[in-house]
Amino acid sequence: MIVGERKPFSEILSMVEDYSKILVIGCGSCVTVCMAGGEEEVKILASQLRLAFRKNKRDVKVEEAMALRQCDDEYLNDPLLLDKVKAADIVISMACGVGVQHATSFFNRRIPDKPIRVVPGLNTTFMGANLDVGIWEERCVGCGDCVLEKTGGICPVTRCAKSLLNGPCGGSSNGKCEINKEIDCAWHLIIERLEALGELDRLKPIEPYKDWRPSHNGGPRKTVREDIRI
Amino acid sequence: MKEFEPKIIAFCCHYCALAAADTAGRTGLQFPPSLRVIRVLCTGKVEVPHLLKAIEAGADGVVVIGCKFGECYFKQGNYRARKKVERAKSLLEETGMEQSRLRYDSVAGPSGKDFAAVISTMTEEVKALGPNPLRS
Repeated sequence: MIVGERKPFSEILSMVEDYSKILVIGCGSCVTVCMAGGEEEVKILASQLRLAFRKNKRDVKVEEAMALRQCDDEYLNDPLLLDKVKAADIVISMACGVGVQHATSFFNRRIPDKPIRVVPGLNTTFMGANLDVGIWEERCVGCGDCVLEKTGGICPVTRCAKSLLNGPCGGSSNGKCEINKEIDCAWHLIIERLEALGELDRLKPIEPYKDWRPSHNGGPRKTVREDIRI
Repeated sequence: MKEFEPKIIAFCCHYCALAAADTAGRTGLQFPPSLRVIRVLCTGKVEVPHLLKAIEAGADGVVVIGCKFGECYFKQGNYRARKKVERAKSLLEETGMEQSRLRYDSVAGPSGKDFAAVISTMTEEVKALGPNPLRS
């Protein structure tokens, strides 16, 4: 899932303090699961804003709303949500960066007579897994050319600090990475896993340079599935 | 001028805090009349937005009272509640309000005396803070 963290309250407040009608929209998918931008977090942020404004004798209206997925037109195209967006001076999107951008684009397409200002309530941190209650860790950088079949299901592109394809480097010590003793050496894990699978021979061939063109280096990537388009 | 009598909201767990409140009442123990009790099955079910909403609605103080640690009917509800209150305190402080308007405490089921003491302490602390600025 995409993991996010809420921005500090002072930063959010500075984005919206000049406005008098604020709408906070949560996202019901990834950021709900990582407890950063779901319904409860929307209630908390809206409450905090109302408390801060009322304490400073400011008459500011703070509304709350949810969209199941802010990265999809289908879930933003809700008449009740659009009415709330129209009535607001500024929208705080508690989705990931994808949701914030898509909501900006969608609301401005659907409400052409009023420019809609959308600001982020979260910092989008990474694509990761939920390791335990309240713990998430990055597992994929979206390089566009998956190598997991060669590395026992452990990604060296994401989990090795140097993204080495022929590891480990000299900084691996007792299974840990030299950059931080809390971080496992991805190549140590890969060798352990391949050994358990009896597939250590997979590491004999030298991997050539990685082709980074499918990664972000070529600008924003796009997928078009003609087979499902009408 | 009439003395400030704070409005305190107490989220009380059904198994310990509410039983303690009943005992306090039955044994004629005195505690401030400022109290509004909300019964919850377990304090673990009290969420952070409930605490902030209570302050938003004008409560001068909010106290969550659960079982003694290790004695929660649902095993970990009171540990969760304590963490949520701690989080709500820091969220409240970010808005410029005093974090001591929120409190977590625990009492044993039969102890009416402990319940009255928690309410009295909370009332005194909130009196020192003054009324919720949102009500003025």
